Amino acid sequence: MHPITPVHYLALSAALLLIGTVGVLTRRNIVIILMSIELILNAVNINLIAFSHALQNINGQIFAIFVITDAVAEAAVGLGILIALFRNKETVQADEIDLLKW
Amino acid sequence: MLTDTILFYIFAVLVLGGAILTITRRSAIHSAISLIVSLLGVAGLYLLQQAEFLFAVQIVLYVGGIMVLFLFVIMLVNLDDQAKLRQFNKQWAIALVAVALVGAQIGWFLYKGKDTFRIADVVAPGTPAGLGNVEQVANSLFSEYLLPFEIASILLLVAVVGSVVMAKKRI
Repeated sequence: MHPITPVHYLALSAALLLIGTVGVLTRRNIVIILMSIELILNAVNINLIAFSHALQNINGQIFAIFVITDAVAEAAVGLGILIALFRNKETVQADEIDLLKW
Repeated sequence: MLTDTILFYIFAVLVLGGAILTITRRSAIHSAISLIVSLLGVAGLYLLQQAEFLFAVQIVLYVGGIMVLFLFVIMLVNLDDQAKLRQFNKQWAIALVAVALVGAQIGWFLYKGKDTFRIADVVAPGTPAGLGNVEQVANSLFSEYLLPFEIASILLLVAVVGSVVMAKKRI
């Protein structure tokens, strides 16, 4: 078997990113769309850690910490919005929320 | 070296399998559990690359924090009757084609450029020996990246206040 190179990690991260994108674009349930965004952010983190390890440079890990911070803030605000939305519209299906459409 | 390879493939299967289950399950609870599996696989990949601090952060923050938040919200908005509805929207075919195009591009670039990633020999002079991963992260975070760190804490404060304001009925 070949040793694991950064290319392996990049391919894995690209696959995770694409799966997350499919989730965001095709699902109707907003909770699962938010989960897919978490998948995408994790793909970014895998990339950062792979290069941090390959270059023996700690800065990639620092950036991964900031990405995780953003993911936490996004999840908290997104779920807050979701609760407010469910209270007003009684639905969590993304394509039924079309108040701005004419 | 062989152990690393085998572990990488195990964790890769965990990550991708969990991710695929996350976006295909009908019930949101099942999706959340699959997402936990996927995030644990990512944590294993961090450990495989000597990022021990991020491994701990991933377990504590993602699996312990964000996923509990997700599960709470799923229970709160009661998605049982939503699970009986159509799960995918009308644009799913276009979305799949677009994602396949992007995937082909990324795959082509990775294939053409895989020789440029042989960076093991040109590594810059490493970090001082004898320092553990957590010490290195702390040294860098609290000296070079102190201002972004403080800005991130303000971002978290704003997010906390914002989510409370939005989720509360009356302020």
